[in-house]
Amino acid sequence: MNKTLIAVLLMAVITYIPRVTPMVLVRGKLKSRFLRSFLYYVPYAVLGAMTFPTILYSTGHVGSAVVGMIVALVLALFERSLVTVAVSAIVAVYLMQCLI
Amino acid sequence: MAFLAQDTSGDKVITKTTPRSASMDFRYGLRKGIPIALGYVPVAFTFGLLAASGGISPWMATVISLTNLTSAGQFAGTNLIIAGAPLLEIAVTTFVINIRYLLMSLSLSQKLTSGTSLIKRAIMAFGITDETFAVASLEQGDISFSYMLGLVSSPYWGWAAGTFVGALICSVLPPAVQSSMGIALYAMFIALIVPSAKRSKPVLATTVIAVVVSCLFTWAPHLRDISAGWGITIAAITASAVGALVFPREEVQDE
Repeated sequence: MNKTLIAVLLMAVITYIPRVTPMVLVRGKLKSRFLRSFLYYVPYAVLGAMTFPTILYSTGHVGSAVVGMIVALVLALFERSLVTVAVSAIVAVYLMQCLI
Repeated sequence: MAFLAQDTSGDKVITKTTPRSASMDFRYGLRKGIPIALGYVPVAFTFGLLAASGGISPWMATVISLTNLTSAGQFAGTNLIIAGAPLLEIAVTTFVINIRYLLMSLSLSQKLTSGTSLIKRAIMAFGITDETFAVASLEQGDISFSYMLGLVSSPYWGWAAGTFVGALICSVLPPAVQSSMGIALYAMFIALIVPSAKRSKPVLATTVIAVVVSCLFTWAPHLRDISAGWGITIAAITASAVGALVFPREEVQDE
């Protein structure tokens, strides 16, 4: 095996460990009210932290990213579908980049 | 979106009592996975370009996508491989970036259909990504093996195919289109959070705290030296802990 393949497989195993450990070890429901509440909020917290402020740097230009973000926020507020929100944000960013 | 009904229905989120067949679950999951797959293709394409421009063959790049199935982790790991970094550094970096999966996996473990076997859990765990987690965790009711299989399959192949094509053809899309597509996944995340945050103050508060902490880890002196993987994990833990302390939820009666 060459070195690249070894590194790739190592990455694969290391990526899999945090994914599989809790799911296999934690069977059945947790009893603690705190933990259950905590886990209820995790998806929103993770998504929020992943999106902001990284989104500002996602297009290579903060200005166009801000416009795309605003378009996404407004459409999401009106509860448009995932695809609508994503495609509209892309188009907004693209138009901004053409203008700049 | 259907799963958002969870927030308005208070705390009585009970596993659906209607029996669902495995193939129904699979098809439902498949449908939910298609927008994720669409979001993956441009990112995977970019990954393919990056890997190929660093001298990694299209086949190897595809193997990376098929075995890792993660964006940030494999981007960073592949950069290190290209730079000729030692295995230990590759291992540590990959782990730190992917540490957030611990939280996601723990969170999903609470939503699995009871009695899901160990081997099924192990297979489902492989399919946890930021996006599949986002969709699965906000699903109303429990998560079955068939559902997860359906949800993950098109993103998985989209991810691999996008990588291969990206690595093969260097740049076909004009750069302006490529960079515009960078916002797609984040726009999708916004579409997932905002409607829930609109309905539930605790969710809004928790999300805002997570965003503030995440901004601190991006911009504040010293804190910004900490890797992005840790920053997101710490932000999410802090915000969820505050949320759980200030707005504890009523026990869900689903046992």
